[in-house]
Amino acid sequence: MSKRRPYIRPMDGWWKKNPFFIEYVIHESTAFFVLAYALTLLVGLVRLGQGETAWSAWLASLKTPLAIVFHVCLLAGAVYHAFSWFKLMPVTLPPVRIGGRKLRADEIVTGGFVAAVAGAAFIYLLVWGLA
Amino acid sequence: MTKNRKRSNAPVFWLLFGAGGMLAALTGPMLIFITGIAIPLGLLFPEDTMSYPKMLGFAQNFFGKGFIFVIIALFLWHSVHRIFHSLHEFGIPAGPTSKLVCYGTALAGTLVSAFVLFRMGF
Repeated sequence: MSKRRPYIRPMDGWWKKNPFFIEYVIHESTAFFVLAYALTLLVGLVRLGQGETAWSAWLASLKTPLAIVFHVCLLAGAVYHAFSWFKLMPVTLPPVRIGGRKLRADEIVTGGFVAAVAGAAFIYLLVWGLA
Repeated sequence: MTKNRKRSNAPVFWLLFGAGGMLAALTGPMLIFITGIAIPLGLLFPEDTMSYPKMLGFAQNFFGKGFIFVIIALFLWHSVHRIFHSLHEFGIPAGPTSKLVCYGTALAGTLVSAFVLFRMGF
């Protein structure tokens, strides 16, 4: 065993020192909300496959105050995911040319927000159509 | 010289991350609002919107099946990829174990949802 104890810079709380990094950690953390919702839906799907009694029990569990609070948190996380996803799109997208002109960053972001509203409206109308 | 150059599998995971992130940004907020808030509280939609016959019918319909599968699978692959690539920021090395836990979760969820949807019939 070596007696050398090289200095390793501690990395506890590194991201709290800079607003840019705080935002970075928050927008990366939205993945946990997306994951939690995917797992919630997966449980629902498994319960649906088990029959009517299991499905009704799952639906009833969604009505508990804890489940409502959980979904309000998920909603906040998902909204922030959508916001940051499109806010970052000028950086994550390769340069887009329309009619020989390069699309400006603010045009990409606005286009993304419009798409997010359209997507939400599409899902709303889809569920209405099925209901 | 290099006949069998090993190709990276990174683009596959990145593509699943990107597709899932886009889908989550477009549909996630409204889906969460409908399934987790509006329907349980009896707001805006008819009471039987998520009743057993309706949901079973949706899951047995070809497009409904595809919708459920794509939402669950891509949300999973998006989130685990993002979590995996953020681990090192918090001192957790991106080794084989963390890779297995992250992508294994997504793979298991994908297989379970495919199995359940397939067994429900068309």
